[in-house]
Amino acid sequence: MQNNAAHHPMEKYLRMDRMPHIWCSSCGLGTIVNSFMKGIKNAGIDTNKVAVVSGIGCTGRVAGYIKLDSYHTTHGRAIPFASGLKLANRDLTVAVISGDGDLFAIGGNHLIHAARRNVDMNVICVNNFIYGMTGGQNAPTTPLGAYSSTAPYGNYEQPFNLVGVAAAAGASYVARWTALHFHRLTDTIKEMAKKKGFCFLEVVSPCSTVFARKNKGGTGLDILREYKDRSIIDHEADPQKIPLGMNGEIICGVFINEDRPTFWENVQKGIEKRVVKTKNYKVIKNRESVV
Amino acid sequence: MRISDMHGEFFLQGNYACAEAAISAGCRFFGAYPITPASEIAERMSYRLPQLDGVFVQFEDEIASMASILGASWAGVKSMTATSGPGISLMLENIGLGMMMETPCVVVNVQRGSPSTGLPTSWGQSDMMQARWGSHGDYGSIALCPKSPQEYFDLTIKAFNFSEKYRLPVFIMADAVVGHMTEKVVIPPSEELELIERKYTNKKGDQYKPYECCDDEFVPDFAKAGDGHLYHSTGLTHNEKGYPDMSVETHIKLVNRLINKIRDNSEEIILLEKRDIDDADVIVISYGITSRTVIPAIEKAKKKGIKIGYLRLITVWPFPEKLILELSKKVAGFVVAELNMGQVALEVDRCAKYCTTKWLPHPGGGMHSQSEIIKAIEEVAHAK
Ligand code: SF4
Repeated sequence: MQNNAAHHPMEKYLRMDRMPHIWCSSCGLGTIVNSFMKGIKNAGIDTNKVAVVSGIGCTGRVAGYIKLDSYHTTHGRAIPFASGLKLANRDLTVAVISGDGDLFAIGGNHLIHAARRNVDMNVICVNNFIYGMTGGQNAPTTPLGAYSSTAPYGNYEQPFNLVGVAAAAGASYVARWTALHFHRLTDTIKEMAKKKGFCFLEVVSPCSTVFARKNKGGTGLDILREYKDRSIIDHEADPQKIPLGMNGEIICGVFINEDRPTFWENVQKGIEKRVVKTKNYKVIKNRESVV
Repeated sequence: MRISDMHGEFFLQGNYACAEAAISAGCRFFGAYPITPASEIAERMSYRLPQLDGVFVQFEDEIASMASILGASWAGVKSMTATSGPGISLMLENIGLGMMMETPCVVVNVQRGSPSTGLPTSWGQSDMMQARWGSHGDYGSIALCPKSPQEYFDLTIKAFNFSEKYRLPVFIMADAVVGHMTEKVVIPPSEELELIERKYTNKKGDQYKPYECCDDEFVPDFAKAGDGHLYHSTGLTHNEKGYPDMSVETHIKLVNRLINKIRDNSEEIILLEKRDIDDADVIVISYGITSRTVIPAIEKAKKKGIKIGYLRLITVWPFPEKLILELSKKVAGFVVAELNMGQVALEVDRCAKYCTTKWLPHPGGGMHSQSEIIKAIEEVAHAK
């Protein structure tokens, strides 16, 4: 028999010389990385032309493990870095993969503005409801009443509903899945990779080490079982009305899939009519040349 | 002739001269947030870049602006941002990322009176140390100080050249006067400009290690996103492959290289204007706009029979340590005039081991009077 254990089915797409990775066993991130690379592969785009940008945190480490041009930037700033990358080379497919704290707390302003501008990029937010890397502090997604290392009496802050925020800010594509929905997740990533405009995907993901431990959520497998029981697929759902809590339904699906002119398309449209390209730009002696 | 070519003699505002220089240098991505007294650079770029198929984005803040120019640079496009002190304060974390990832780009600081919101419509030079040590950690820094719109143009070209050659964000430390002053600016035709372009690797795929310095190079060759190298770059301490590596050895090697690539090439980077320094008794040191008040004061003081030298730091960082040390053996002392409370004077004092350093601090919003400069020169000369 062949020794298959030595080979990971996705090893072509991973930096195997960096294994083992730093993530905890039964963390949802492994599945999500797998799903992401599979989605990109299925989209049929040249992987040489895909770049991934991450911020800081457990999810921030994704950029370091996938075999693509990848940038591990500062906390919260993956989206503007990616905006520069994408707008400077529009041939690239640019994905931001980062966590809920990175994208919605410290980086929240960039997310809403990139969505408003409709910069052509795919933002994948792994939502584990907590700050994993730093040891389980409160996140802007931590459900009311949930425990974290900075909410020893239970969280008393209203959490963000991520898909609601992305939709309100004007994202062209808004979806939510859990790490359990591997195939649907993969299909959504494939669809996003081909779609123009600002695409937002929330992936609800088990953090067995800190969130589950603080909130008696059991093992990674227990959490996936819980996702199975709580998840309902409803593509018609209004993203504003499907917040996540400690209990209750996890509404999944692709809630928004619209075609809106991207930032660059709008720029081109504006220029077409008004800009005199510099070939006609005259050399005016001793005169300032603003027309 | 490249289509960017706008050349000839112009009556240009300093901030416009900076924008035109960026365009002449090949900058095709500009991300910024409005701020007095730097906004004219963004306005000009918003007008000019679309003519050249360049990208202008007004971001939601300076943090995003700085992050975006790093991203654009990794796409292989020369990029710039422009702001003033408060904006730099917000940019500093990503400036550090640019230093760590070794990302060529240019950061313009049109300085105003500080700290905090300070004097938004007035000038100062109080961000000089911020340009040296502003982001956390140790790294080499380059900062250039223009005294006129023409020099603002010339130094912007130089800033791009240094950024490409040494792979780091380079500071242009202008101020509200130079930024808003309108003077004659000669823009040479593009074929007469000396431009340094980025050195791309000729290695293919996996053979390329993004942070490996080949031969006796002080920075690694570049690869941009999309070229098929599938490399990784991070703000974490990293090895030659660009992979995070938390070992002390790797950290020591990397931080030393970030510092030494500037230190070991400081002779080339340090640009100075010197007048009569060889047989001077007193040397007046200034930079940027301050040098324009210093010159007439020196002329007047000379009439009193004092031998005065004039040393203008065009490059403030890296600092001309050796020169100051050597000169300190010959002169009675230095007078340092600057629009802050002694940021560069302290550097002079640190290096001037054999003579006195007389500070002329001024917090900005005004200028030194000629009489106070003359008085300081006399004090140093007579103390001999
Ligand atoms: S702390 Fe949580 S999110 Fe981070 S790797 Fe461990 S399980 Fe995953």
